[in-house]
Amino acid sequence: MSLGQRVSSDHQLARLLQIGVVLEEVVEARAYRHLDSLSASERADLDDEIVELLEHAAEESEEHRERLAGLVEELDADTVAYEEIETLVEARYGQTSPDDFDGVLYDALCNEETAYKFYDDLIEAVEASDADYALDRDRLLDTLRSIREEEAEGVEEVTEIMERRE
Amino acid sequence: MNTGEQYLKAIYLAQRIEDGPAATGTLADMLDVSPASVNEMIGKLEERGLADHEKYKGVTLTDEGIAMAEDALQTYCIIERFLANVLEVEDFRGEARALESVIDDTVAERLDTIIDRRDECPDCFDAEADKCEYLEPIVDAD
Repeated sequence: MSLGQRVSSDHQLARLLQIGVVLEEVVEARAYRHLDSLSASERADLDDEIVELLEHAAEESEEHRERLAGLVEELDADTVAYEEIETLVEARYGQTSPDDFDGVLYDALCNEETAYKFYDDLIEAVEASDADYALDRDRLLDTLRSIREEEAEGVEEVTEIMERRE
Repeated sequence: MNTGEQYLKAIYLAQRIEDGPAATGTLADMLDVSPASVNEMIGKLEERGLADHEKYKGVTLTDEGIAMAEDALQTYCIIERFLANVLEVEDFRGEARALESVIDDTVAERLDTIIDRRDECPDCFDAEADKCEYLEPIVDAD
């Protein structure tokens, strides 16, 4: 058991980045699922800003996923084919879909907050380690910090919409 | 999962294995830390009302400690299942132990949406085998 947060090897780093890839995939799938799951009348009632928010969340997650996958490739780690994970996520995400607009917004907020927390913990764990990774540490941290920043902006964006709707 | 939660989980599992209070030596072995570190953390858990320590007998979790340990064990089970069945990791136990300190319970909740976990979790966690008794890895090293 490893007490304290630190990423001590390429293998461990690759695994954590893979978890990030899957988290982003879950966010992307849930955002699209929320849009698809609404009935025609619900969609008509849906504010444009919420539609835009979900579409933006999905696009941003896809972009984050690609950036993370690029880092994983440089680490020469065994990875499961992305298509396999995509299939699995698509088969599962419908099980926990929210059933109203506020639920959709709340879920979007949870997604952004969870992703922020994940990157924040990962950055802290990389910073706490003095391991030499196969990829450049500064570039790794820059990438993770920039993704974390976008997640923080996402939290703000959803929070503002929620406050306006109250 | 923070260090305190990792200790609570270890005490919970040690109590199950030993069918009584968890010996500090057992905890030191499980957590790969010194007995002094174990004693220090047990003191902190006692102060928070999460555990009781009786000299020469060992540590017992309070009801509140058990509830927190069960949450931590659920998070651990999610990480093991995710590694074993989504990422197809052969050494899912070893990797779960290495990663648990970096995976927050909110992150585990998201990962939980794409794995199968039984309602009785964590009662079905096999402390000796260090995995859920129903977990069937895609790649099994055993």
